[in-house]
Amino acid sequence: MSILVNKLSKFYGKAKAVDNISFEVHSGEILGFLGPNGAGKTTTMRIITCYLSPSGGSIQVEGHDVHSDSLAVRKLVGYLPEQNPLYHDMNVLEYLEYTAQLQGVPKPLIPRRMREMVDACGLSEMKHKDIGHLSKGYRQRVGLAAAMIHDPKVLILDEPTSGLDPNQIVEIRGLIQALGKQKTVILSTHILPEVQATCNRVIIINRGKIVADGPIEDLQRSLHGGEKVILEVEVPADQSFDLISVQVKNIPSIETVSLIDERNGIKKFSIETADATDIRKDLFQLCIQKGWDLLELHRVQTSLEDIFRQLTTDSVK
Amino acid sequence: MKFTNIKYIFLKELRSFFNSPIAYIVIVVYLIILGWFFVSNLFINNISTLRTVFEMTPFLLLFFAPAMTMRLISEEKKAGTLELLFTKPIKEYEIVMGKFLAAWALYFFTLLPTLCYYITVTTLGTLDTGAVIGGYLGLLAVGAVFLSISIFGSALTENQVIAFIVSLFIVFALFMLDKVLFYLPTFLGMILEYISIDYHFSNIARGVIDTRDVIYYLSMIGFSLFMATNALQKRRWA
Repeated sequence: MSILVNKLSKFYGKAKAVDNISFEVHSGEILGFLGPNGAGKTTTMRIITCYLSPSGGSIQVEGHDVHSDSLAVRKLVGYLPEQNPLYHDMNVLEYLEYTAQLQGVPKPLIPRRMREMVDACGLSEMKHKDIGHLSKGYRQRVGLAAAMIHDPKVLILDEPTSGLDPNQIVEIRGLIQALGKQKTVILSTHILPEVQATCNRVIIINRGKIVADGPIEDLQRSLHGGEKVILEVEVPADQSFDLISVQVKNIPSIETVSLIDERNGIKKFSIETADATDIRKDLFQLCIQKGWDLLELHRVQTSLEDIFRQLTTDSVK
Repeated sequence: MKFTNIKYIFLKELRSFFNSPIAYIVIVVYLIILGWFFVSNLFINNISTLRTVFEMTPFLLLFFAPAMTMRLISEEKKAGTLELLFTKPIKEYEIVMGKFLAAWALYFFTLLPTLCYYITVTTLGTLDTGAVIGGYLGLLAVGAVFLSISIFGSALTENQVIAFIVSLFIVFALFMLDKVLFYLPTFLGMILEYISIDYHFSNIARGVIDTRDVIYYLSMIGFSLFMATNALQKRRWA
């Protein structure tokens, strides 16, 4: 067990930021931390990295308690804070060296680690520039390089790809995935496809409570029992939506049929089923039977966006 | 306590003093003001003495100490870089110590050029070297007290202007204490005299190093740095 969060709570005055949450992360796992703004993601990460103290509960990182054995935890953890604060008057190499020194990297190893991080994060052209003169994307890479300079067992990344262009995002994701094989990574993000692309597990947190925890596929299955199919057909003009709808509904297990789009006799339907049966064959047969020209037929997976919206808006009600 | 951590913080802060205009402005402005008073007094009074240096420096320090240290912690709070420091395996007092020593070193480099005055005066006349050494030790001690108090001021807030004014207020009060003594009853006067910084400075400036003064300086510095560390820790547990 790499990280063990046990009944963690955090209050700011009377406001509850994190409310009695528990979860564990194994090494080699990349955990995506999702939630709307103000859900408690950053607070939780700040407690794991020993920046804030918990109001209740405990966290253990590789067996060290964040409260009683804080220095040991801080040695093991690499952290990229949300706003990515940096010393703007230092150049990239100076900053990496300073970080390595404070992280307790043995002196003879520092130059090698710096070189490796500059290469891994694509900073070689910028290494002598002042951080204050770098673009946001490069600053983000500097922050990431600094977070990994001491080869930490645990990486906590608060919105690691914010401010990066699409190419850089792909690069950084690749880097995180490569790292995730030997390390424990927790990353928070607002960008849902990012979680799908990089993480093997998601925790969705809302109003300080965990509302979902598991691999993405499991969440998709458990939250949305049925399937969604998009059907586009060209039908004679005299066939109205209601008529077609009734015929489609004859197929067992279909729950709802709705018209998405209609133009020049081409109708597009969204069809949802109550359970996980595959209805595409039945729809195809129906089209042949009725002589409709089938233009499109495909299955839609419940996206993470749907899960996210479902979970984080439900509990507000 | 890990001295290497203090050393790394110290070197980083010292470098950023000299990488920015701060160090040069402090040194140049201090030397211009001091030079003006020194030269005019030297020729008007025609006495070979460094008294101007020892009398003016504590007064100038009232403004220079808060100015030199105001950004040291408050800027890290404002920029969020304190989050970086707090998540590294270092202790709060190591941060405070490193920063304090860096400010003290800058102050040392500011005093260094005034040795020219010593050389000039000794070639022109005779000078009591013992008193000069005592005077410089006293200046270093007074500077350490003012700087440590100003570090505390900087640890209180993320606003540099507030840090400056709070620090100025505290060091000014400490400086003025023995100048208002005659308004006060004797027993209170004696306590305040002990707290006031000038009283202890004048002893050292005469070339007398008394344990009471040494204890005074060390306890003032220690207390201020302790309070600064406390102010930092409070933020973490908030």
